[in-house]
Amino acid sequence: MYKILRAEELASNIYLMDVEAPRVASRCLPGQFVIVKLDEVSERIPLTICDYDPEKGTVTIVFQPIGVSTRKYVSLKAGDCFEDFVGPLGQPSELTHLSPEELKQKKIVFVGGGVGTAPVYPQLKWLHAHGVTPDCIIGARTKDLIILEEEMKAVSNLYLTTDDGSYVRKGMGTDVLRDLVQNQGKKYDLCVAIGPMIMMKFVCLLTKELGIPTIVSMNPIMVDGTGMCGACRLMVGDEVKFACVDGPEFDGHKVDFDLAMKRQQMYKTEEGRALLRAQEGETHHGGCGNCGGDK
Amino acid sequence: MGDVLKKVPVREQDPKVRATNFDEVCLGYNQEEAQEEAVRCLNCKKAQCVIGCPVSIDIPAFIHEVKEGNFAEAYRVISESSALPAVCGRVCPQETQCEGKCIRGKKGEPVSIGKLERFVADWAKENGIKPTPAAQKNGHKVAVIGSGPAGLTCAGDLARMGYDVTIFEALHKAGGVLVYGIPEFRLPKEKVVAAEVENVKSLGVKIETNVIIGKSVTIDELLKDEGFEAVFIGSGAGLPMFMGIPGEQANGVFSANEYLTRNNLMKAFRDDYDTPIVHGKKVVVVGGGNVAMDAARTALRLGAETHIVYRRSEAELPARAEEVHHAKEEGVIFDLLCNPVEILADENSWVTGVRCIRMELGEPDASGRRRPVEIPGSEFEIEADTVIMSLGTSPNPLISSTTYGLDVNKRKCIVADEEFGRTSKEGVYAGGDAVTGAATVILAMGAGKAGARGIDEYIKSKNA
Repeated sequence: MYKILRAEELASNIYLMDVEAPRVASRCLPGQFVIVKLDEVSERIPLTICDYDPEKGTVTIVFQPIGVSTRKYVSLKAGDCFEDFVGPLGQPSELTHLSPEELKQKKIVFVGGGVGTAPVYPQLKWLHAHGVTPDCIIGARTKDLIILEEEMKAVSNLYLTTDDGSYVRKGMGTDVLRDLVQNQGKKYDLCVAIGPMIMMKFVCLLTKELGIPTIVSMNPIMVDGTGMCGACRLMVGDEVKFACVDGPEFDGHKVDFDLAMKRQQMYKTEEGRALLRAQEGETHHGGCGNCGGDK
Repeated sequence: MGDVLKKVPVREQDPKVRATNFDEVCLGYNQEEAQEEAVRCLNCKKAQCVIGCPVSIDIPAFIHEVKEGNFAEAYRVISESSALPAVCGRVCPQETQCEGKCIRGKKGEPVSIGKLERFVADWAKENGIKPTPAAQKNGHKVAVIGSGPAGLTCAGDLARMGYDVTIFEALHKAGGVLVYGIPEFRLPKEKVVAAEVENVKSLGVKIETNVIIGKSVTIDELLKDEGFEAVFIGSGAGLPMFMGIPGEQANGVFSANEYLTRNNLMKAFRDDYDTPIVHGKKVVVVGGGNVAMDAARTALRLGAETHIVYRRSEAELPARAEEVHHAKEEGVIFDLLCNPVEILADENSWVTGVRCIRMELGEPDASGRRRPVEIPGSEFEIEADTVIMSLGTSPNPLISSTTYGLDVNKRKCIVADEEFGRTSKEGVYAGGDAVTGAATVILAMGAGKAGARGIDEYIKSKNA
């Protein structure tokens, strides 16, 4: 059992938890993820690591409830437990392999979107601890969805933007990046983009145009997270890669985002069915257009 | 008394009924049937069956006890050699091992050794009989990686010798392939696998789940920091292979590993579990091994018309004869001597079919089986909404790539000797699919036993 020490709603429908998992906490590096399973009947869910404390033996996760299993997490409080919590999974960020000198020479910009802000944070924090303060652009749909603002400010030069202009400025993360490079004379050797696939796709289109090598962090469907199932396979260049063991970080200019987005739809109707079953129980007899219960 | 040349028939669920449920297909012998079958054993002096058994169970001795009605004693005899009799009785390829060597089989059918082993193990469980733990602990700590057949066997043997054993399992449940790979209808999870795992624990073995060696902790750290004197690697062959043909990334193409893991480990077939599985209407399973049969029969039970597509002929199917027989009875359609060349998909990237090419058998290849050769111009299409690739698996490089000084071959299999499971690294032993590539439960158990012998010898000589 893995005890939850802190549980809070960071923003509308975005939640943060500190979970006691000493083995995981002692090994975490930026870029990695965990797989969480609440109870016997729940799915194994891959979640990004937002922070970790080897001393306290805790790992901080951030999630947005979307499927049946993550919706159950919403009601969890400090003192409750996850039955399973395994990691750290995936390869650490390539930045962690660089020497302090190499890091200091690199001009890095991060672009985070929505709940994808969470896995950007440990990378910024790690770089900051190694003497580098990168630029970081965080985009959200609206002001209420901005998370971890103070924490991010402490470890980066933060540029915030909202799609609807309700906070700081109006526009997408890509607009800010274009502005920084084309109007404000910024030069970057590397862009790290983490967020919804559609956002990462557009960041990559832009950075290709601007000639900035770009790393993205993929979060496809997974079951085991250790290379066993192959559900998370992606096309990166001409090669099939498993996000769980080869990634999750890849060269964004080589990732086939259109294919990845189609693959992400695979269980949409199945998830919808499971959700309806949960909500409506025995009273659901079709009409959803999915389950065929009315046919 | 029936025909002495024939096995006492075993009761099975009716094929029509079982094709719609996940309950066990084979119902096993009852006491009378088991004793009747036991009488058929000739109690050979130089028993060939024992030579055919990778863990050398004293088969004539346990069958003798069954004949006499001493089932507890029969269980004790088996337990001396096997930690997982209820599993082996169900999934071993007996026809090529013990039963394949049985003298009775020269003229008529061999003794039904597998069904007798299963009967004894099930009887012991129903009567609350457990294996006997070591009289005294020796205080030496050994780590076992993986709780599949190799790991459980190695751990069980070492614990009975008095070692303090901890198994580290990457998944959330112990059992390895017995839990995620082999379906409920062939190997019940609670009644059989969980019970066998409990038996191993009753010997004093500790099992820590959710620990991925190479990620959560490394072998070098187990040896250096956690006080383990030796490590046995039984991490299996978990990485799925794909064909590398066009369309393989389409939605609806799964590895057998994913399909079976969703259904077996995550219990997607049950309404009360959250994990989804795609319920195909027309499913094509590519491959001819036990895993392909398991995937096909699972898809069938989930309501699909199911085809096995295999590039050789029936005689070359690597699956156990019983599985092929059961699959046919249940209505799985065998499209033999054909091979997929492309997966067809619609504009939303969902599978619509498989383009195949017909094959014929040519000269024997390195494996001794006749090599399938494409017949030019014989392409045809099979309609399908789901394709399951069951082409075999290879070992996960997670451990070998994070363990200093551990040699692997070019197939990424850990190099270890057969007799003791010794690897290139001192104190590290290995066995099972991690060493051989995907093979059978019983061969992995044999390797687990060899590893236990090797580790025992190593620790004793170090402390001598």
